[in-house]
Amino acid sequence: MRSIQDSLERFEEVGIRPVAISVDTPEQSRDLCQKAGYTFTFLSDPKAEAIRRYDLVHAGQGTNGQDIARPAEFLIDSSGTVRWVNLTENYWVRARPEQILEAANALR
Amino acid sequence: MKIQRFNWPVWAAFLLSLIALLSYPFVFVRWPITRDFPWANLLLFGIAAALLVLGIRRAFAADRPRRSKIAGVTAATLSLAIFALFIFAAFVAARWLPAARGAPHVGQKAPDFNLSDTNGKTVALSELLTTPIKRKAASTNPRGVLLIFYRGYW
Repeated sequence: MRSIQDSLERFEEVGIRPVAISVDTPEQSRDLCQKAGYTFTFLSDPKAEAIRRYDLVHAGQGTNGQDIARPAEFLIDSSGTVRWVNLTENYWVRARPEQILEAANALR
Repeated sequence: MKIQRFNWPVWAAFLLSLIALLSYPFVFVRWPITRDFPWANLLLFGIAAALLVLGIRRAFAADRPRRSKIAGVTAATLSLAIFALFIFAAFVAARWLPAARGAPHVGQKAPDFNLSDTNGKTVALSELLTTPIKRKAASTNPRGVLLIFYRGYW
């Protein structure tokens, strides 16, 4: 998330809108954004509906045993088609902004 | 009688192991080069191991008392336990992720959704794809959306 914020200028320059999604409530996300200084869109999926639709449910991994999302990134073009996917195998390791920008430059 | 000096290498090794463990989530995870493979942490563990060998040899020298040996073995055991914990956390537990075989593939239509933003306003994927991106100078039509699913803070 930090690396996305740090590269936000570059993403917006090429017309890419980053959107973060988790099971956190809007209040929790707002807190996080304020504390960490994140200025891009954060969406709240407390019932893991979208997370389930993308088959990213990590069952029972929340602190109270609730379902949460496994880390993943998708680049979607303006027609709504998936153009690039990153399903990490290690939750410490996320996509680098450079990889995402390279995929973004290939759009249209 | 010879004065017994403090066997610093074993305790330095223990301290260094602890730093090697904790520096991954708190420090090295910030940069992809030290995050994608934890070589910096393994290097710290390597230095700790060298100190440990040095310290154990000192602890078991003929002129050292019994408690020096006990302290040496204790510090070595704790350091090894910390190393094992790191290997487990970084190479085993971090990979306990569902395979997500049903996740949308490249070329497929991305499933739409309606989710609440931080202001409590409901937003659809189709809106995110069409609402202009506001920037300092002007606003531009988006070429795409990057969805980042993350674990959250619950």
